[in-house]
Amino acid sequence: MTSARDDELVRLRRVTCTYGPDPVLVNVDLAVTSRQFSGIVGPSGSGKTTLLRVLLGTMAPIAGSVHRRRGLRVGYVPQVESVNWSFPVTVSECVLMARTRGRLLPWRSKNEHAEVCEVLDRLGIANLAERHIRDLSGGQQQRVFIARALLGRPELLLMDEPTSGVDVRTRHEVLHLLDDLNRDGLAIVLTTHDLNGMAAHLPHLVCLNVEVLGQGAPREVLTADVLERTYGARMEILEHAGMPIVLDDYVPSDNVVKLRQAGA
Amino acid sequence: MDELLRPFEFEFFRNGLIVATFAGALCGLVGVYVVLKGMSYIGHGLSHAIFGGFAASALLGVNFVLGAGVWGVASALMINGVTRRRLIGADAAIGVITTASFALGLALFAIFGRQGQSFDAALFGSILGVGIDDVWAIAAVTGLVALVVFFGYRQLLFTTFDPEVAEASGVRTARIDALLMLVLAISILATMQVLGVTLIAATLVIPATVARMLTNSFSRMLLLATGIGAFTGFVGMNLSYHLDVQSGPTIVLVGAALFAVTFTLTGARGLRRTAGLDEYATSIAPPPQVVSHQ
Repeated sequence: MTSARDDELVRLRRVTCTYGPDPVLVNVDLAVTSRQFSGIVGPSGSGKTTLLRVLLGTMAPIAGSVHRRRGLRVGYVPQVESVNWSFPVTVSECVLMARTRGRLLPWRSKNEHAEVCEVLDRLGIANLAERHIRDLSGGQQQRVFIARALLGRPELLLMDEPTSGVDVRTRHEVLHLLDDLNRDGLAIVLTTHDLNGMAAHLPHLVCLNVEVLGQGAPREVLTADVLERTYGARMEILEHAGMPIVLDDYVPSDNVVKLRQAGA
Repeated sequence: MDELLRPFEFEFFRNGLIVATFAGALCGLVGVYVVLKGMSYIGHGLSHAIFGGFAASALLGVNFVLGAGVWGVASALMINGVTRRRLIGADAAIGVITTASFALGLALFAIFGRQGQSFDAALFGSILGVGIDDVWAIAAVTGLVALVVFFGYRQLLFTTFDPEVAEASGVRTARIDALLMLVLAISILATMQVLGVTLIAATLVIPATVARMLTNSFSRMLLLATGIGAFTGFVGMNLSYHLDVQSGPTIVLVGAALFAVTFTLTGARGLRRTAGLDEYATSIAPPPQVVSHQ
């Protein structure tokens, strides 16, 4: 058995998980180190959210082991689609939920108020503190949940599909924000369907389809072979401005030619 | 004016009015969690389940609070267990547990006969027989639930809004859910006499829904729902006396009228706030049918 590195936050060894008779994850080996910025990609039902839950500690594997650094603080940002936007909470009420454990008084203390203001200010949404969470743009909504996670002062931030269902501008906004947070020392692991967006922004990718089929830098992982094993379909990999671009095989050849010319 | 104040001369009415006001406030407060967690069907079912315990304790000569209380708490914990573990469809399991318990109560009354006013009172609510002990009992339960909500405010909010992240953040959501079910069972038990098991669900749902139409803030929703519940209890009880109609129906009808007024005044904004409130709740089945008494 290999010994854990000093900068390892979480280490999964041969982890297998199941919700029923069929396993959702099989023999997953994965290490998350401090300052890491990783994207987990894979088709629907490939076990991405389950893997996040294992990292978070809300799901226990039926086989294998999970080693978490003692006292590790983990923040979690759920999928936007799983949030009840009709729930009556304002932005500041939502962010303050991070200060729940061990708190007996319902109202926020002066310190808590200052902390909430500070984190909202850092994410550029201080002026929205008293708005209802539904009355925000997609990017602002993501920032609210990132703010809630950050208020817990995490060392590792887990995000489930942060770029799902948002427009291109919002996606860039969110990914740039995450990049800034990562530069400040926060380790981030997120799940996504957006292969090209991740290839452009993230230094590390994990291809998952029940088992880990590849992990490393996008250039190493985004190969036709790995993607075919991950998605069960042929894909073409091009290069543009030094970044890999993944194309479905059915894309008309004229367009491929144009993109090739553009990248040349 | 004299006519309006006349019922206050009677002690039973004064007691009934205090109990109804507390009952409305209590159901309004608890109803916020019931509505936001999509537990309306559970509330409705639980009140029916408690009726089984009520019938058994009445016929066995066991103290009502003890008998129905034990029955209600057991039903609440069973429903909570089924809902959390998703052993079988939660709505189906709840339907079986609660309607079977309600049916047992009806069968017991049918076989062994009714005990005075208790049968009708349990089903539809009555202020007859409300004594000073009942006033103290409902005041104590309301105070206890208020304390639970006050000191558990943050845990209850986080668990209701986002149970998965709450659990990951160290909140013991299983305990909070069980606590909420116990609070719901105790509240139903305490208000059953005035509101009746068939109508309690409405007093849980209406004040919270009206409050949601009026505010986007959770803390304000709690305060508003409690106030609206107390108001409907007070006005409904007065109307009950003057119209000579059982207290449960009049309290519910006042709530329904308040809902209609709020719905008209808030228009699209109110609709938008309440739309999809139960979107993320466990799928629910139609409530059990009310069996009319003969």
